[in-house]
Amino acid sequence: MNKPAMQEVPQGNTLTADELKLAQLIVTTLNLETKAAAIDPTARLFGEGMGLDSIDILEIALAISKAYGVKLRSDDENNREIFNSLRSLNQHIQQHRVK
Amino acid sequence: MADIPLIRNFDAGAVFAFRNRRPIRVEEFLGEVRRLADLLPDRQYVVNLCSDRYQFAVGLSAALLRGQVNLLPPNATADLLTRLNLDYPGVYCLRLAPVELPKFEVFPYPQMEVSQATAAAVPQFPPAQVAAVLFTSGSTGQPVPHPKSWGSLVRSGLAEIESLGLDAYRRMAVVGTVPQQHSYGLESTVLAMMQGGLAMHAGRPFFPSDICAELQALPRPRGLVTTPVHLRVLLAEASELPAVDFLLCATAPLSPQLAIEAEARFAAPLHEIYGCTEAGQIAARRPAQGQEWHTLPGVSLYADERGTWARGGHVEREVLLADVIELRDRNTFLLHGRTADLINIAGKRTSLAHLNFHLNSIEGVRDGAFVMPEEDDGTVTRLMAFVVAPGLASETIMSALRERIDPAFLPRPLCLVETLPRNETGKLPRGAVDELVTRLAAKVG
Repeated sequence: MNKPAMQEVPQGNTLTADELKLAQLIVTTLNLETKAAAIDPTARLFGEGMGLDSIDILEIALAISKAYGVKLRSDDENNREIFNSLRSLNQHIQQHRVK
Repeated sequence: MADIPLIRNFDAGAVFAFRNRRPIRVEEFLGEVRRLADLLPDRQYVVNLCSDRYQFAVGLSAALLRGQVNLLPPNATADLLTRLNLDYPGVYCLRLAPVELPKFEVFPYPQMEVSQATAAAVPQFPPAQVAAVLFTSGSTGQPVPHPKSWGSLVRSGLAEIESLGLDAYRRMAVVGTVPQQHSYGLESTVLAMMQGGLAMHAGRPFFPSDICAELQALPRPRGLVTTPVHLRVLLAEASELPAVDFLLCATAPLSPQLAIEAEARFAAPLHEIYGCTEAGQIAARRPAQGQEWHTLPGVSLYADERGTWARGGHVEREVLLADVIELRDRNTFLLHGRTADLINIAGKRTSLAHLNFHLNSIEGVRDGAFVMPEEDDGTVTRLMAFVVAPGLASETIMSALRERIDPAFLPRPLCLVETLPRNETGKLPRGAVDELVTRLAAKVG
């Protein structure tokens, strides 16, 4: 377990270091043209916002599982919130990461 | 012709479905069908949008009892619903959650008391009764309706049971990751269950962990009906897979490697279905054992100057197939991709699917697709290929391709990418491909 002792408190729409890493993972996984640093951590990931679809979610879930050891589940009660934005997804990962 | 029963091969007290981890007995299902049929509004058409597979089956059956036609659109966009409202006056929508759909009558799936299991007669319907209308996206963007009679749907389900040897899996519980409003999902997760005495799983698990957990919770024998996209992610993410007795895949051709890996890791046979919305399912194969497709019982193919036609069995009218098919005999064939995929370079003809097959058969290639770029400057257009092959150099792939295909079709360039922009059913939409081409061209140029 190498959870950071103190998590940065994310504020505004500036990416924290962890958020930037996750953004990079998403950009690489989905081969997006967007620069990771340019992603707004509060923008919606799916639908409007970043406009990802359900196959993208599957690909991201696979990448997250490999990189962080966090396996996403749709019966997680907070699922809607988790996928709301890059920030909420990152918070979920940081809380549950095993790598 | 004699009327055809709604369900068959269920013994008294047999499980019809598993819903929220709870078994629903066949008597309970029949009781719920009758109660819902009493409650449905008096209309001719219903858009059955129930996302719960069990409730979908109850809705489908209740509509049949009332002589209503189930409209099964590929999606429920506002645009499409507006279109259905115009084409099918008085249509209403059946779905679980009450929801505001502008200008659309919504009948929320009612909470019904669970009855104690009592013997109930199985309803029977005339084979000619129109049971459902499936839709394809026409070339003009308007949905094209494909009506299916009850007789045709049941014959299709029975043909699938016979062809895949599902008789040997009586009472098997089956999880599906595909929507039941599509041809494949309707046939393989609803009709084949109802006619084969199999127990449908009411959910539609999405993430690999969900699929594994739902499978694990079911008694054996148990099966999985899925797509190449889900199968690939499932194999890549799950370190331990639950024991499964039967696998079925459709919507896009499966690479032989993925099929072999799936069979090995699940220790179960993997069957593949080929079909289209117009004709329904047509043929099956076990891709780990060979590339040849075998038509379902009663269905046969023949070719004329226009292409390959399917007829017989549950195919009520002859259907011209939109694929390049190499007939071995009238019941055996090889699939070489969609006719629209035909490629002609310097007088040499092939199909994208044929090239894709060879590309995907290269050791180490996880996914790959040839693309014909749009060019109109009069020069000879060359193919591009996008390949997902971690650890492989493009030179290695090129030399493997040289061994397999005509030099005219070698990709220029071959681009290594992380993933391909496949959609929900595993297909590569032209728009997404064009976007990828533009993006890579921008990078290079």
